[in-house]
Amino acid sequence: MALQAIAFYVMAAVTVIAGFCVVSARNPVHSVLWLILTFFSAAGLFVLMGAEFLAMLLVVVYVGAVAVLFLFVVMMLDVDFAALRQGFAQYMPLGLLIAVFLAAEMVLVASTVATKGAAAHNDTPMASGFGMDAPNAEAIGRVLYTDYVYFFQASGLVLLVAMIGAIVLTLRHKPGVRRQVVMDQVLRSPKTGMKIANPKPGEGIGE
Amino acid sequence: MISADLAHAYPELILAIGALALLVAGAFAPKQTTLVGGGAVVLLLVAAFAAATQPLGVAFSGALVTDAAAAFSKVAIYLASAVAIPLGQPWFERRGVKTFEFPVLIVLAALGMGMMASSGDLISLYVGVELHSLALYVLAAMHRDNAKASEAGLKYFVLGALSSGLLLYGSSLIYGFAGSTLYSDIAVAAGQQANTGLLFGLIFVICGLAFKVSAAPFHMWTPDVYEGAPTPVVAFFAAAPKLAAMVLFARVLGDAFPAAAGQWQQVLVVIALASVAVGAFAGLVQSNLKRLWAYSSIANVGYAVLGLASGTSEGVQAMLMFMVLYMIDVTGFFACLTALSRQGRSMETIEDMAGLIKERPALALAMTVFALSALGLPPFSGFWAKFYVFKAALDAGLWGPAVIGLVGSVVAAFYYLRLIKAMWFDSSAGATDRPPVEAKTVAVGLALFAFPLVLVALTWLDPAVAKAAHAFGLA
Repeated sequence: MALQAIAFYVMAAVTVIAGFCVVSARNPVHSVLWLILTFFSAAGLFVLMGAEFLAMLLVVVYVGAVAVLFLFVVMMLDVDFAALRQGFAQYMPLGLLIAVFLAAEMVLVASTVATKGAAAHNDTPMASGFGMDAPNAEAIGRVLYTDYVYFFQASGLVLLVAMIGAIVLTLRHKPGVRRQVVMDQVLRSPKTGMKIANPKPGEGIGE
Repeated sequence: MISADLAHAYPELILAIGALALLVAGAFAPKQTTLVGGGAVVLLLVAAFAAATQPLGVAFSGALVTDAAAAFSKVAIYLASAVAIPLGQPWFERRGVKTFEFPVLIVLAALGMGMMASSGDLISLYVGVELHSLALYVLAAMHRDNAKASEAGLKYFVLGALSSGLLLYGSSLIYGFAGSTLYSDIAVAAGQQANTGLLFGLIFVICGLAFKVSAAPFHMWTPDVYEGAPTPVVAFFAAAPKLAAMVLFARVLGDAFPAAAGQWQQVLVVIALASVAVGAFAGLVQSNLKRLWAYSSIANVGYAVLGLASGTSEGVQAMLMFMVLYMIDVTGFFACLTALSRQGRSMETIEDMAGLIKERPALALAMTVFALSALGLPPFSGFWAKFYVFKAALDAGLWGPAVIGLVGSVVAAFYYLRLIKAMWFDSSAGATDRPPVEAKTVAVGLALFAFPLVLVALTWLDPAVAKAAHAFGLA
């Protein structure tokens, strides 16, 4: 129990500090790296609660996809971050006020859920759901592929349509683009890939 | 248990697996677009047959409802989608867009619409809505070298995403206050006590759905999208998605909130009258025919919502009948527009249609039939559609709204008659191109249905629609 408490406080502290560093870091690339640290320690907190599936999802989806996407955007778009920072002090009071409200709301919601909501009636909300003695990834998998198979498959089709749409609307077969054709590369022999020329001095080969 | 559920989902399975197979076929043989298109048409016809013959009941713990209403609307949706493929694919190919994805997207959109029509749960509602709208956004922007089409696609996407947000917000409120996403459980929760939270959620869901059927005051996207999107694509998404969204409307209101009928009736009456007024008056100043028919469709959706606002089984019956007959009108009209061009430039304004009766008598006659039908002149199909709606509204005691609806119909008659006058009595504006055979066939075939075949069809449509309407939880 003591070990769990230590782990919780360490990871919670890392989450909060890293979260603060996301905002305060001068270099946007550092911001994204701090964000990744925040995600990792939040995933650790999920593991402590027994929600290892959510932890996995957080790492795979947020660290693996979303944060990398952020990195791409930050590095590829020429955003003037110095200009974005202007007026920081000016907007500070309003921002703090909103932050206080947000924190108060979250505390209210969390305490209500803990005392009156589902968590109040269930001591181990995540560890073993649906009356099954199984880890929650397995428990979720069991209902996902039985009770919710219709929604699950239909959502897959929605993603398929999104993929088809992105390809249809953006893929262009431009003439003159040199694509990599593995078959051609493999079938290349010294005969087809090499030309022996005998240039005169000072002339070069030309095309 | 799963296998029993799957028997209820045969149409969905056929379309989903078939779409994947067509996608693979298209990826390996990208030149064989006609083959993929033909496969998609066959798939939709088989799915329509499966929907017509499938066992009735519920599957996947209530998420998929296959009752008479679902079967009826699925058959209509799949058939309307099947028509869109031969109409659209040659059109795209003539403009140098040779893509096998067009029929695949239509099949996936049809799948989403079928899921909407047979949803029994807020999650299947949302997934169905997203599946069909995502496909429609892509279809609208598919002619991507055309700036207007791209604009239409983007506008449709942004506003559609907004409406999906409204839908989700409403759904989450309903789930929070009812404790379940199943319509049947929501109906129990809503019946127990008057709950402001539930009603609040319901209003949001109504707003989101009104957006999808383009009912006023959520109609702003319609004229721009109709004008910019490729004409055969408009022929598709002015018809089947509207029916699917209206059936979904009836499902949410009839299956989940029959107890709150008094409340949602008022909202629907306002939406219906606003749509009729906007469609009738804003249509008067349009010269572009696609914009004109966008306003006409807003007005017509108003009549369908009016049928639903009756809050009775008879009202749902009127709505279903109206939507099916309207689908035929609107598809036929846009098929005519697809067929017509002058020196390679598509004819889209009323002036372009001048003297068409001498140039292209068959198409001009078909367009006249569609215009008269949309106007509601007996004995064309549009008259019977409106007849059902007004009868339901009067039986439910909605005298005022019915009278306003009739006035709107008279105002709207002006622009339909203006089009007919230009076609029959104005002097011709020059030679038109030879119409492509597939668009002409679709146009003339649907015109023949609008009159006189509709008189025969009504004898079996009427009992089918009545049976479908009884599936909803309304008196």
